[in-house]
Amino acid sequence: MKPIRKRSNAPIFWALFGAGGMLSALLGPMLVFITGLAIPLGLLLPPDTMSYAKMLAFSQHWLGKGFILAIIALFLWHAAHRIFHSLHDVGIHAGLGAKLICYGSAMLGTVITLYALLGIGF
Amino acid sequence: MSEKTIEIEVLRYHPEKDSEPHLQVFQVPFTDDMSVLQGVQYIKDYLDGSLSFRWSCRMAICGSCGMMINGIPNLSCQTFLRDYYPARVRVEALSHFPIERDLVINIEGFIEKLESIQPYIIPKEPRTLAEGEYLQTPEQLHAYEQFSSCINCLLCYAACPQFGLNSDFVGPAATALLHRYNVDSRDGGKAERMELVNSEEGVFNCTAVGYCSEVCPKGVDPANAVNQNKTNSAADYFLRFLTPKGGAK
Amino acid sequence: MNKRRPYVRSMDGWWRKNPFFVEYMIHEGTALFVAAYAGILLTGLVRLSQGEAAWNAWLASLQHPWYIAFHVVALIAITYHTYTWFKIMPRTMPPVVVGGRQLSAWEITGSGLAVAAAASLGLFALVWGMAR
Repeated sequence: MKPIRKRSNAPIFWALFGAGGMLSALLGPMLVFITGLAIPLGLLLPPDTMSYAKMLAFSQHWLGKGFILAIIALFLWHAAHRIFHSLHDVGIHAGLGAKLICYGSAMLGTVITLYALLGIGF
Repeated sequence: MSEKTIEIEVLRYHPEKDSEPHLQVFQVPFTDDMSVLQGVQYIKDYLDGSLSFRWSCRMAICGSCGMMINGIPNLSCQTFLRDYYPARVRVEALSHFPIERDLVINIEGFIEKLESIQPYIIPKEPRTLAEGEYLQTPEQLHAYEQFSSCINCLLCYAACPQFGLNSDFVGPAATALLHRYNVDSRDGGKAERMELVNSEEGVFNCTAVGYCSEVCPKGVDPANAVNQNKTNSAADYFLRFLTPKGGAK
Repeated sequence: MNKRRPYVRSMDGWWRKNPFFVEYMIHEGTALFVAAYAGILLTGLVRLSQGEAAWNAWLASLQHPWYIAFHVVALIAITYHTYTWFKIMPRTMPPVVVGGRQLSAWEITGSGLAVAAAASLGLFALVWGMAR
């Protein structure tokens, strides 16, 4: 009798990888430019673009919270999936341990993000 | 008149006397119309009759003569010495498969995978001869035609590092053929085949390297078949509780 | 007597032996920069939640030459991710038929890159609008 094969749970991680990959492909470069280069170097944007007052207001709004959560969490889940598979590619087959470190880090990052966003208030 | 020669370096392995494979260089007379296969045949006919390799049609349709040529999977009948001359050409058995002898690999695993994908039309409902033949529009043919071009040459498996790292992976060609039947309008067996797609040996072993489609001599694009089925599998995974039958098991 | 003794070759260093695979490892490696950048944003978010002084200190630290250098490299890496992501996208899709004609791989990639460009400009405009 043909054995019933066990269904893989990969779709969960693959879907998160795909969402994060698309988001980082669409917005990643501009985000890096804005937060990492334009603001610190005073290029193109007003100097108080990321002032405490403005960022607080942004992150207290539910849309702002959603955006911040999506960016941080999905970037982390995308990277976790890819890095886990790259470890396998270079011969590091630490299996469950590597999975826990990669996906665990993404989960930890997601939880910290949620906690911080809630702490910032509404 | 001086005869031109080319050096062909072959990875040899005779299990009865070798502990591991080793390279051996042959001087082969060269003319610019020779394929690598012809070069290897010359070695067997005139220099070393013990060289073992598979070949048949000499015209890139049987899928027998796949070899690593300078580290790249190719059909040796369709790869020409003139493109390497005067440099040495290195010929090895297809990567990621156990070597039985010289250039002959063990393909039993692939044959099992081929059988497991049910490579035949599974009718949607029973059909009698009296009902006549299936009719198919050009669009319906186009949906699967490309994937039906697979000649089982296994270059894509030699190209796929994920198969190399995990030989349980169902792999590019088997998935391309599975897809060929799933999208054929005459076929109704998609749900049965999804079990393999969704499994640990299924499509999620693929990391979209895409080299399989690069080396395919028939333009099958197995990477497309595998990656389309990631979407199908994920849809099946997340939506299975919504359909009446519960999707694939 | 079975004389078979199939030889299994090692996969060690497989990706270094073919330029195609080297490029693959590079575009997979862009994920390290995606992770690092997300980590920087996460740090910023935590500082934001800790009050104005903490936030301003974090904002000032972004001006440090090492951070600037990191973001230059990250910009290159993540832009390469954008390019390779949309280059692979046609491979993952069923045939896309528009106006009775199947779109080529480059048309799909080009569309994706165009959307990315538009989204980037849209984001910049949004930030600029919110900052005024």
